[in-house]
Amino acid sequence: MIAFQGETTSWNVRDRILEITLHREPGNEIGSRTLEEWERLVDALAEAIDGEEIGAVLCWSAIPAGFGAGADLRELYEKMQALGLAERRTRIREFLTRIHRVMTELDECAVPTVAAIQGICFGGAFELALTMDLLVADRSARFGLPELRLGLIPGFGGIPRLKRDLGNPQARDLLLTGRTMGAERAYDAGLITQLTADGRALDIARAAARQLTKLDRKAAASAKAFVKPSPREELEREIDIFTELFLRPVVEESLRTFTQRTDALTYLPPETP
Amino acid sequence: MKTLESTIEEILDLAAAHFQLQKGALTADDDFFEKLGIDSLKALDLLTQLERHFRIELPDYEMQGASNVRSLAERIHARL
Repeated sequence: MIAFQGETTSWNVRDRILEITLHREPGNEIGSRTLEEWERLVDALAEAIDGEEIGAVLCWSAIPAGFGAGADLRELYEKMQALGLAERRTRIREFLTRIHRVMTELDECAVPTVAAIQGICFGGAFELALTMDLLVADRSARFGLPELRLGLIPGFGGIPRLKRDLGNPQARDLLLTGRTMGAERAYDAGLITQLTADGRALDIARAAARQLTKLDRKAAASAKAFVKPSPREELEREIDIFTELFLRPVVEESLRTFTQRTDALTYLPPETP
Repeated sequence: MKTLESTIEEILDLAAAHFQLQKGALTADDDFFEKLGIDSLKALDLLTQLERHFRIELPDYEMQGASNVRSLAERIHARL
């Protein structure tokens, strides 16, 4: 039996479904601890698939605020303060390479995957959701990639996967304005596969996951390869571009400002008078 | 066809019901972020409620730039 209880993420197998629970308060911010646990997760996942213990994966959040707020920007800012430019480059590239490995393993997972999404699904959390095969969301869930407010692009594989899964005009609108998109609109745009009443995404995602376990695994993997190609070349380029953008002084200043903000819409750039 | 005044009234009613305020506690000229003590999650919740009620898409930056209920209503009204 594969089971793990982490500080940020836990998982267990029930009815041949590997159920991943995100539970880092306040908003499942993705930092170094989360990454360490996710690396352990993808190793456990590979083992479960090899052992034919699972037929599907389900990922959900136990945090009331939602699926997740994105990267842990406070940790990022604090850690970069202690480093010179060359070391920043090395460390950010290493972090991105590691998290890309996790996201790609999930994206290309040999068994079908489902995310149950409620509340906010922003930044890195949205990028995690984009690795899943089926996205089941509460009607009031909201999706956004607000990285440009910091002078960055999404760095966990977001742009190539968003481009793959969503119409290019909608992808441009989300990315370039930093606005959020409600689940109903995301469903109409084809990003969400099943829309549920508020509070029901998890139940309905579990039902979908049970259905996935009933189908032939090899056929499912073959079908998935057709409809969900992995944009590997673009993912590599994303790491390069993110690293170069990250090293600019404007990003450090944006992160500093972010850590000090107390206004309502912190995921948007501050209002200028 | 809704008028701007009816849109303002609907926003006030919706905010009163959603944030459990007395009718009249919020007015058209109030800064709703300040008056409602809205944090990031509440702002998103209000945005979702407004989009559902008026059956529109309202980008976050439009709500962020609205200094009071009247200017929010004008932005919504432009999308009806």
